[in-house]
Amino acid sequence: MDNDRMAIQIAGVTKQYRLGQIGSGTLTRDLQSWWARVRGKEDPNTKIGSKRITGDTLMALNGIDLTIHKGERVGIIGRNGAGKSTLLKLLCRVTAPTSGEIDIYGRITSMLEVGTGFHGEMTGRENIYMNGAILGMKKEEIDRKIEDIIEFSEVREFIDTPVKRYSSGMFVKLAFAVAAHLDSEIMIMDEVLAVGDVTFQKKCLEKMRQVSDSEGRTILYVSHNMNTIRKLCDRCIVLDEGMVFYDGDVETAIGIYSSDAIGKEKMLRHYYFDESERNLYFSSPGFKITELMLNKSCFECGETISVTMKVNSVFELENVRFRFVLTLMQGDKLGTMFSEQGVDFPIGEKEIAFSLDTTHLMPEKYRVHVIALLLDEFEKEHRLDCLLPGFLFEIADVNNQHYPGYWNTQNTGFVRLHDAKIRK
Amino acid sequence: MEQYNSHSDEYHIHISAKHKLFDLKLKEVWEYRDLIWLFTKQKFTVYYKQTILGPAWLILNPLITGLMYAFVFGGIAKLDTDGVPGILFYLSGTALWTFFSSSLTKNAEAFTANAKLFGKVYFPRLTMPISNVLSSAIEFCFHFIPVAIFLIYYVIVGKVAPNWTALAVIPLCLFHLGLIGLGFGIIISSLTTKYRDLSIVVGFGVTIWMYATPVVYPLSMLEEGWMKNALLFNPATMPIELYRYALLGRGTVQPFYLGISWITTITVVLLGIAIFNKVERSFMDTV
Repeated sequence: MDNDRMAIQIAGVTKQYRLGQIGSGTLTRDLQSWWARVRGKEDPNTKIGSKRITGDTLMALNGIDLTIHKGERVGIIGRNGAGKSTLLKLLCRVTAPTSGEIDIYGRITSMLEVGTGFHGEMTGRENIYMNGAILGMKKEEIDRKIEDIIEFSEVREFIDTPVKRYSSGMFVKLAFAVAAHLDSEIMIMDEVLAVGDVTFQKKCLEKMRQVSDSEGRTILYVSHNMNTIRKLCDRCIVLDEGMVFYDGDVETAIGIYSSDAIGKEKMLRHYYFDESERNLYFSSPGFKITELMLNKSCFECGETISVTMKVNSVFELENVRFRFVLTLMQGDKLGTMFSEQGVDFPIGEKEIAFSLDTTHLMPEKYRVHVIALLLDEFEKEHRLDCLLPGFLFEIADVNNQHYPGYWNTQNTGFVRLHDAKIRK
Repeated sequence: MEQYNSHSDEYHIHISAKHKLFDLKLKEVWEYRDLIWLFTKQKFTVYYKQTILGPAWLILNPLITGLMYAFVFGGIAKLDTDGVPGILFYLSGTALWTFFSSSLTKNAEAFTANAKLFGKVYFPRLTMPISNVLSSAIEFCFHFIPVAIFLIYYVIVGKVAPNWTALAVIPLCLFHLGLIGLGFGIIISSLTTKYRDLSIVVGFGVTIWMYATPVVYPLSMLEEGWMKNALLFNPATMPIELYRYALLGRGTVQPFYLGISWITTITVVLLGIAIFNKVERSFMDTV
């Protein structure tokens, strides 16, 4: 294997946790296991099987194999309890795996929490030294970087004040500033950017991207905030039930993750879009679809979907195109509808309505991504707004007279193309 | 669990489910020496913040205890002090014992008290117990101030004659007792991560240990018999007698038992580090 290119290699890693209280029952079982080991017998308390919860143990990680290369920025997403944090804890050596091997090539620093080791009674400056040392920096290294750290943290005026008087935002800024100035080759972060204000978040992401690009630093980042994942990562892993569910490109991973989450929600007829749901990376700040209304959310095959959108623009725009990308709930893209012609937008709010034809769609739930864009004279597209997803709808299996018999999407897919003509 | 291979300026860490029992990882601890110092410093700056008397407590605390012992054991129980003025005898004894007992009790909760920190970031855990002993040693230096004042007074008056040439062994006594406190402390803390029973025992255990050690009475006071033998095998006995011998010119030092004490100490420390490093790997799951 090519060690020069590899940053982290994880092979067959599992992590078992014990459920319930630790008490005298635990001691009895510990002695039982120990006695079995002494006699060379099989441990009666080891559970066999692939089930995640067996008896009173939980497999937080259930066999993880991953290879992460140098310079990759890997996002890790998954529902609560999917094993994200456990995986990071193993990598940070906070706890040891139950079985399996991990090889890490390079120095590793972790931010599983904001301001680990910060002490309220100590000043910002003292805490920089403390936190830096905990994260593995030498004193002279911190001496060298302290000015940069203070500058980056934006809390210079308060640097000699005990941090217990800091606001939570200042606290985060200082803590992140220390971590960002570490010289390690691999950085591990768990939800740490969640507290800072938007500008500082942006600054942090830029700093991370920059060190990753210029110094080839490997980044592992766990978050529930899809926007930061989009902005930072170039590879994304979806964990589920302690296993790797998907490993690949970021948008697909987010699609899979959010379909999982959204699938449990009710379909709406009226959507409001705020800042957090947007893919800011692809959008321009001056043009926003703020609301979206549907005539209904459940359709018969062939029925028309009426979509009305409220758009807010700070520019006067001509010939804005719309694109409706149909995807399945698990994230696969099915096809796209284009607006038949461009639409002009004045400054301010404008309402626009579309009809979408469902003739070819078979009974299933669908998601629609709405993308507004401009084409320049070279036919290059400039995205104005991206709603991923914009809305959901369902084609119900009623009154489907176009097809004799029951349409099974597993056998026949989701799109019914034109019937084959008999020529002879 | 982990190996540092710094060859060709490339770090490689290997983590596996298996664990080498006698992997003491002392090299890694040395790498983090700045952290040890910062932990030590932090314990001071934090402890006396927002108190009116501040560091004065460092001197008042042992002074009050010493006076109390002088009153109870010297004044009421009239225990022998080997011909040393009572107040100096008790003050010097408590100063050294406080160093030992605080090393022990602080380390006994090394895992449970720092669970939050240990659960979030990796650094060699042994830095924490070491800094506990160091901060206790610095405390001892403050505790020693009243001892020194009384000592100088009694030397001038002519009531005490220290062994001037032997004074250099005092740091060695400190080191010795520090190691015992470290060793027993980390063993207790490793065992308490799963079962908390021991942490309850520690509180009064230390008090019992004090009375089983010649702290408030001299070893010479005891007659030959099983009690004296038991005391001689107590690893804390010889360092205390040696310290008193150097400082106050009175003390019963028997090289044989001093040797036994050192062997016990080193065994306990090595065993402690081994257990500590084993528990460190997964204590977050049970603590």
